[in-house]
Amino acid sequence: MDLTLRVWRQHGPNQPGAFEEYAAPDIRSHVSFLEMLDIVNDRLSLEDREPIAFEHDCREGICGMCGVMINGQPHGPQQGTATCQLHMRKFRDGDVITIEPWRATGFPVLRDLVVDRSALDRIIEAGGYITVDTGSAPDANLVPVPQEAAEASMDAAACIGCGACVAACPNSAAQLFTAAKLAHLNLLPQGQPERFMRTEAMVDTMESFFGSCTNHAECEEACPKQISIDFIALLNRDYIKAKWRNGRLAGQR
Amino acid sequence: MQLDAKIPEGPLAEKWDAHRFSIPLVAPSNRRKFEVIVVGTGLAGAGAAATMGELGYRVKTFTYHDSNRRAHSIAAQGGINASKNYRNDGDSDYRLFYDTIKGGDYRSREANTYRLAQVSGEIIDQATAQGVPFGREYGGLLGNRSFGGAQVSRTFYARGQTGQQLLLGAYQALARQIKAGSVKAYNRCEMLDIVVDDGRAVGVVVRDMLTGEISSHSAHAVVLATGGYSNAYFLSTNAKASNATAIWRAHRKGALFANPCFTQIHPTCIPQADEFQSKLTLMSESLRNDGRIWIPSEIGETRPAGDIPDDQRDYYLERRYPAFGNLVPRDVASRAAKKEVDADKGVGPMRNGVYLDFADAIGRLGRDTIEARYGNLFEMYERITDEDPYEVPMRIYPAPHYTMGGLWVDYDLMTTIPGLYSIGEANFSDHGANRLGASALMQGLADGYFILPNTIAAYLSQYLGTDPISTSELAFTRVEADVAGRTERLLGVNGSRTVDWFHRELGKIVWEHCGMARSAEGLTKALAEIPALKEEFFADVRIVGDGDSLNQTLEKAGRVADYFDLAELMCRDALHREESSGGHFRVEHVTEDGEAKRNDEDFRFVSAWGFEGDGSEPSLTKENLEFENVELKTRSYK
Amino acid sequence: MTTTEEAPVRRRYPWPIEFYRSAVGKKWVMALTGVALLGYIVAHMIGNLKLYFGAEEINHYGEALRDLGGNLAPRTHILWALRIGLLGAALLHVHAAYSLTYTNWKARGGRYRERDYIAVTYASNTMRLTGTVVLLFVFFHLADLTWGAAPAAPEEFFRGDVYSNLVASFERLPVAIFYVIANLALAVHIFHGTWSLFQSLGYSHPRFNIWRKRLAAGLTAAVVLINLSFPIAVQTGILKI
Repeated sequence: MDLTLRVWRQHGPNQPGAFEEYAAPDIRSHVSFLEMLDIVNDRLSLEDREPIAFEHDCREGICGMCGVMINGQPHGPQQGTATCQLHMRKFRDGDVITIEPWRATGFPVLRDLVVDRSALDRIIEAGGYITVDTGSAPDANLVPVPQEAAEASMDAAACIGCGACVAACPNSAAQLFTAAKLAHLNLLPQGQPERFMRTEAMVDTMESFFGSCTNHAECEEACPKQISIDFIALLNRDYIKAKWRNGRLAGQR
Repeated sequence: MQLDAKIPEGPLAEKWDAHRFSIPLVAPSNRRKFEVIVVGTGLAGAGAAATMGELGYRVKTFTYHDSNRRAHSIAAQGGINASKNYRNDGDSDYRLFYDTIKGGDYRSREANTYRLAQVSGEIIDQATAQGVPFGREYGGLLGNRSFGGAQVSRTFYARGQTGQQLLLGAYQALARQIKAGSVKAYNRCEMLDIVVDDGRAVGVVVRDMLTGEISSHSAHAVVLATGGYSNAYFLSTNAKASNATAIWRAHRKGALFANPCFTQIHPTCIPQADEFQSKLTLMSESLRNDGRIWIPSEIGETRPAGDIPDDQRDYYLERRYPAFGNLVPRDVASRAAKKEVDADKGVGPMRNGVYLDFADAIGRLGRDTIEARYGNLFEMYERITDEDPYEVPMRIYPAPHYTMGGLWVDYDLMTTIPGLYSIGEANFSDHGANRLGASALMQGLADGYFILPNTIAAYLSQYLGTDPISTSELAFTRVEADVAGRTERLLGVNGSRTVDWFHRELGKIVWEHCGMARSAEGLTKALAEIPALKEEFFADVRIVGDGDSLNQTLEKAGRVADYFDLAELMCRDALHREESSGGHFRVEHVTEDGEAKRNDEDFRFVSAWGFEGDGSEPSLTKENLEFENVELKTRSYK
Repeated sequence: MTTTEEAPVRRRYPWPIEFYRSAVGKKWVMALTGVALLGYIVAHMIGNLKLYFGAEEINHYGEALRDLGGNLAPRTHILWALRIGLLGAALLHVHAAYSLTYTNWKARGGRYRERDYIAVTYASNTMRLTGTVVLLFVFFHLADLTWGAAPAAPEEFFRGDVYSNLVASFERLPVAIFYVIANLALAVHIFHGTWSLFQSLGYSHPRFNIWRKRLAAGLTAAVVLINLSFPIAVQTGILKI
């Protein structure tokens, strides 16, 4: 099929960018969206034009590197699918496809469709872990974990850290990411000792980079792993408790 | 050159403990005086960096990813083995060791493999404490599945995302150390060379991928945890950025490269659908537990799968290997599929696959059970192929997946360059000629969490009181200039073909001649074609853009440039190894019924290749493998 | 290259202030004040139904409000306490909304050229607009029927005669139209608000999540049906002096 791409081009951070239009003729419908971009890039190279920079790696929907806004939808029109697993059969001959980078103050554009998502790492560094030095763990079966808790935790832990939730949010909030990370640990017995310190630290760090959740639920629709906003409710509840408890603990110190 | 694997004396089960006791310790207060560089932040790298940070060493990590959570360890689906024997089904350290060494076709070291089995249980403890949400039974205790044909249930899993969850555990542990300040993380920073001074590794030269700046970092020791080199085949299940530059550069600086021809071809991947396909997607091996593999009996069959009656189907694995059936090890299943497709019995639009059929399982267990077990895999298959595997059988075909070969390391995981360590898939040590399912995660974490952080003390303790050499020394500036020169050379070619074109061409050669079946004739041909293609690459590659900003084509080109040489070494090793063992199958060395024929008499050794300069033949050093605890048997799955 | 950087350490305040400084805390405050305001809206609406029972009933109702507490408290004191509470809730609700809007505006890194929302509803997307309309209306409504300040209030305004004041006010067509628009805005506002407040307070459960939606829809329907009935009844002559 023959397509027209309208792509955001920007040479570097803090530089002006603009949309450019590229013809993408003769694309077969069973190639993936990123393979379509590969083909376009190869053609651009041979015309001595700079290829479009975009991020990708595993191309099987798990590493979380890829992700662009495709026709106004994060990761494109297919729900529960990362950009790399989107295939061109979801488009029609003659389509004009608008491709934009994630846009959020917390995700500055580095080049073309590549944005800096290291703010998400800062959130994890703030407390998204269980403090256990290598070698100090007790036998794995010492603490039984109810199957439902393990399953719910896994539902949250499926997050791939792609940033689509931030990109989708009209407020550029990172609530779904943070909530998923928190719920992963807060739902497990192993995560209890640090539960409220973790919650407060991660949410406060999140808010220093991102907007606030106003419960649009757009993130849930954009999430390639379809993580539920119920976890955001858990985040809110834990945060309220955390402020109270941690303050009380601090007072006792 | 004489290779000393430094395997400790004593009975197999006591070697590791005895060795740990013999290693000189670095006192806690002295650890902060040592700097260690870790390149790569996958399971092995993140695990090692986090653990060394916890111990008090000052660690720098480097990754070309934007975050330490992206490495391709994340894509491992099935699970991780451990000899916990929670199922009371007769598992033990010894049995895991035995299965691993037998599965590796007796081409790995007894001592290393036994140690791997020994620490396997601790990995599960550690990961569970970190909050890895492993699958559980109703009683709340850990669940296990049997995996990859193992006759005990020792595989722990977190749905179909075990690698992801284990990597997130290691990443979170690393994040804690980054926060604590013991680890400094350099992201979007690609290691392009290693610096060796006075015969030991003293640092690395890296390129800042956003600004193109080349800089040096020095340390007391350097750890390479940069994964495998399956992307030499272009089409593999590896991530697009996975590359061999770090280990290849180390090899060029003097580290021996062991068993490069031992590559694993995974049997259950989605077949290629287009010439522009960029990668192959793996479907978990666990599918073979319930799926039946077959092809039409007739050559040139055109009917859809559902219309072919049972008596005109050939369930070739069940027919040829009645004992193991569809659960034969990966190398056997892969070769069998190739044999059928080569006989033109392949299915699908490109006639390049075999059927993996769930109709019987659905009939027996019901659609709901199958959905509970494999739902996410089926969805993934449908997304990619637009076919519904509940209705029509899946099409699968083998694809390059894992490389057992890698940098030669001794028992301490140190390469032949003192101070340079290699862990995880980047080294060669534990899997021999074939890796069993659910063992890669185990090895990466064993190396990273439990082995390297202990053994590295043996080297570091010698250098207490010395500072790492300054990066303004000639040793560093020379390498920096060399790296800058390589970048300039690539940018200066301005030819007429894209990097991907060359990579794809290289992949075709390696896949054809050094893939599932190898012959002296083919390998010789490849050894002539690869250098020619490399020459063409440096004369005709086109890289648009500059070297001082984000340039993904330039990054790719540097990686491909190193693949030419590595591919050549793979073929050379394959040509030299006149036997069929594990993933290495030489058509000249087969039994009467066409099965692999190992030659323990002449090839019971590790081939460790040394770099002798561009254009010169590499040198071969052999490390003989001694088997004191297992009897060498022919693998039979009939 | 991106490396780890140190976050600045800032002074910590007592926890209620710390809590309100955070966006999650502000949303919590918005939810709680929202509950108070919703309660007021429902009570006000139910009380107003007395209009249909005649002038005497509704005027007695107004009197009863002023006399809340009966002999137990000084006259109008409880009413004033409620009013102050309500005012406080409204102020906090508006301040939190304003400050979150500013935060979110700063967090947004430019607009997309194309944006195809899936979950965002008209209600969730217009909370700021509908909120502002309701706020402006409240001022007018107070001037009209509580303070009796012209020109918002009709000339015939007589303090205490709730029934006549209301009918006189709604007989003016523009006022009736403004009332209808404002109550539609209110309905839209509480449709998202009612569902959303559970989320902000952290009450989410697969089993009752469907009831959150039903409650929101029910409240919205009630507000539309009942509140809009008043100006319509006046305009159509069902209610007259």
